[in-house]
Amino acid sequence: MAERVGIYVCHCGSNIAGMVDVEEVAKWAGVAIPDVVVARDYKFMCSSLGQQMIEEDIKKEKLTRVVVAACSPHLHEKTFRRACQNAGLNPFLCQMTNLREHCSWVSTDRLAATAKAKALVYAAAERVKRQQPLEPMPVKVNPTTLVVGGGIAGIQATLELADAGYKVYLVERSPSIGGHMAQFDKTFPTLDCSACILTPKMSEVGQHENVTLLTYSELEEVSGSVGNFQVKIRKKARHVDYDKCTGCGICIEKCPRKVIDHEFEAGLGYRKAIYTPFPQAVPRIPVIDTESCIWFTRGKCQACSKLCPTQAIDYDQQDETIEIEVGNIIVSTGWNLFDCTKLPQYGYGRLANVYTNMEFERLCNAAGPTNGKILMRDGKTEPDSVAIIHCVGSRDSRHNEGCSAVCCMAALKFGHLVLEKTKAKVYSFYIDMRPNQKAYEEFYQRLLEEGMIFVRGKVAEVTDAARQPSEEGKLIVQAEDTLLGKQQRYPVDMVILMGAMEPQADAKELGLKCGISCSMAGWYTERHPKLDPVATMTDGLFVAGVCQGPKDIPASVAQGAAAAARVMGMITKGTVMIEPIVASIDEEECSGCRICNNLCPFNAIEYDEEKGVSRVVTALCKGCGTCVAACPAGAITGAHFNNQQIMAEIRGALWDAAPEAKEEPAAV
Amino acid sequence: MKLAYYPGCSLEVNSAAYDVSTRAVADVLGITLQELDDWNCCGATEYFSQDELTACAVIARNLALVEKDLDQLVAPCAACYLNLAKTDKLMVDHEELGKQVNQCLAAGGLQYTPGRVRVRNLLDVIYTDVGEEEIKKKIKKPLTGLRVAPYYGCQVVRPICETDNPEYPMQMDHLFQWLGAEVVDYPVKAHCCGGHMTQISEPQAFEMIRRLLQSAVHYEADMILCMCPMCQLNLDAYQGRVNSHFKTEFKMPIIFFTQLMGIALGIEPDKLDFGKELVDARPVLAAKLGAAETVSV
Repeated sequence: MAERVGIYVCHCGSNIAGMVDVEEVAKWAGVAIPDVVVARDYKFMCSSLGQQMIEEDIKKEKLTRVVVAACSPHLHEKTFRRACQNAGLNPFLCQMTNLREHCSWVSTDRLAATAKAKALVYAAAERVKRQQPLEPMPVKVNPTTLVVGGGIAGIQATLELADAGYKVYLVERSPSIGGHMAQFDKTFPTLDCSACILTPKMSEVGQHENVTLLTYSELEEVSGSVGNFQVKIRKKARHVDYDKCTGCGICIEKCPRKVIDHEFEAGLGYRKAIYTPFPQAVPRIPVIDTESCIWFTRGKCQACSKLCPTQAIDYDQQDETIEIEVGNIIVSTGWNLFDCTKLPQYGYGRLANVYTNMEFERLCNAAGPTNGKILMRDGKTEPDSVAIIHCVGSRDSRHNEGCSAVCCMAALKFGHLVLEKTKAKVYSFYIDMRPNQKAYEEFYQRLLEEGMIFVRGKVAEVTDAARQPSEEGKLIVQAEDTLLGKQQRYPVDMVILMGAMEPQADAKELGLKCGISCSMAGWYTERHPKLDPVATMTDGLFVAGVCQGPKDIPASVAQGAAAAARVMGMITKGTVMIEPIVASIDEEECSGCRICNNLCPFNAIEYDEEKGVSRVVTALCKGCGTCVAACPAGAITGAHFNNQQIMAEIRGALWDAAPEAKEEPAAV
Repeated sequence: MKLAYYPGCSLEVNSAAYDVSTRAVADVLGITLQELDDWNCCGATEYFSQDELTACAVIARNLALVEKDLDQLVAPCAACYLNLAKTDKLMVDHEELGKQVNQCLAAGGLQYTPGRVRVRNLLDVIYTDVGEEEIKKKIKKPLTGLRVAPYYGCQVVRPICETDNPEYPMQMDHLFQWLGAEVVDYPVKAHCCGGHMTQISEPQAFEMIRRLLQSAVHYEADMILCMCPMCQLNLDAYQGRVNSHFKTEFKMPIIFFTQLMGIALGIEPDKLDFGKELVDARPVLAAKLGAAETVSV
């Protein structure tokens, strides 16, 4: 019996109709494509009226197949599958084809776009006729969650889940949780102490009965899928026994080896070879930096081991890999500071009193290397004048095209702190001032009143080449004041570069491990930029905080909480439906060559010794299709992607190229 | 390594030292420079400010003269380098202009396919193609104790940048570190020398020259190394005028980087054309490199 196909072409307002003659496509489809019994166009197919139209047609016209030619299936496949299901049609007999992202949005020629739309519709119609009804598989959701990254976003997500009564593993790469926020002195625009609001949350995480904290640990491998992920985590050797150590700190005090702290103190201060990054670190268990430890480098010392009251020092400790099972994963891996030496014209690394923003955070932090005194590199002199340069490495097509979103406000905060703590003049060199959240504009106004001097213009260079006696011994900031239309030189004592936020160096790598893609700029891509900001294209994987794009503390916290809420939704529901798109092996055709066994990336194929055939373990199969393509006997079929369906789709797309080739092609 | 060589007008007369030392250094480094047969002036900045097609045609004639078996052309003069590279890029980017230029060339029986010849600046060839390892092997007399200020000028670094960084290039800095010199962090290394400003407004030109000299003095450099005839001329020939204008006492030798590189490679100073500069570099070299026989005053 011939199938009865319905075709539904969406205008999407003018998104599709503006470039594709949708009425023509629908009219043509009704005549040109075999087995089509109804073909319609509609302003918004995803509206309830549009869905209703499809449902009514299925019942009235006895449709057996449906093609919706609209936007990306990422957005509305679920919508239309549900509509079909409501009308009694198996949802896998509905096929979407993308006339928007794949056609109208990327075309400039209306005729060509319309022709392409016809080919896409024809292809979908030919494919859908060969699709088979499938039943989704229910899978139980493991209520334990993994949070990757212990900055403020990850901390928030962890606490939301743990407080709701669910178990959480929090994995953090550095020896303590806290992230960048732990390094800050004040937070804008309220100027409350960063540590004072952060450390209570940190210790709550450290003591929470539902939280397993894995610091100094790296995510190695993720397998499985939504509801049931298996995760390998490598706990790097701390060389301190986690269970024996009481965090008394004697080892740190007695360690004779002092090194520059490039992480927490941004190179401005020192730490010992055995250390916790900062006094309020969670956990309080120190780690040994084996690259600087005297015992590890020269085989002498052992001061820490000799003086430890609980014999917690273990020089022989090795990295340990553990495996855990979780239902959902939240990635909140944060950011890295732009390498300011990449802009040598600003002198960072060459001219002593040029600082990065993270260095300055430490410099004005009461717990920092100068106890919060704003001093120049000599450690003695207070600056008489300070220049803050915005957009260093951001809004710059050679480095990071995007805006880092927080630097304008951080620069205003720095300005306030300098004005409060010193008698210095403060200049801000900005391109555009962007204080665009609640109470931010007011803070900008406050700084205008406090006397911070704003110069609109991108700085050409920072130099010590004096032209006049008044410039001798100063750093001269050369910039065009674009409001005056004049090149100006500003001699100052100190320069602060507002370096850009960049994705973590290994963000792509981690994304690949988990199945999250990155934008061109390297930030993790959310499922929908407006309406699904913390989910990703992989079910069960969520993102929160700056790893998804530059944002400030309030926004990071909001995302951490939002991701936790999404995970709780999954846990509360208890089961998820998994698409039954899996491979199956025809035992009659299988020769038992076992080529597929080792190719399967998910170890989902087992070998039946008795029968001499391979068999797919449906629960493990991800439907990737590797085995289907590799099988020399053509014995493996990928459900929803079998050869007949794909060949028919290709033939449909080429309808006008070879209109006479109507017969079914032989399977490849 | 064999490259086509375009000396340009400056290197024939007032910057002959650049030409002589370039050839001598290339010889030691194993670079064969094949001078273009019947090359013509690149037009400096003047032609481009008059008429683009004329300017490009005049320059493209030189590109068309590069023999078929060569695909790289090196021009030591910064202005020549920029004009040649710019013309090639314009012809690649603007097909119509490329056609018109070729119509002009056809009148002289010549033709040039845009993009065929890669125009190189000499410093980049030495730095990148010869490289640290080869250069270090050939050092005969390390420049130990000599403080040099590497001056790149503005034309080689932008707008077509073949050095490492247009804002703060380091290639010449590294090169002379390899050769054993103390290289000062010369903050004005990519600033303009004023070009032809001396012909338009002397006070402005003198101020620009003064800044460059002042910065080198500030950093206690023994000499400034140039890679552009215009820069060398302005800093050297106008140094006396600058001194009388500002009542300063600059006595800063300004030489081409290839001249000093030649010394390090053990080339006889006489073969590097020292002594043509107005502020004599030889006494400083003799004093700093410590051997009177190295440099005959």
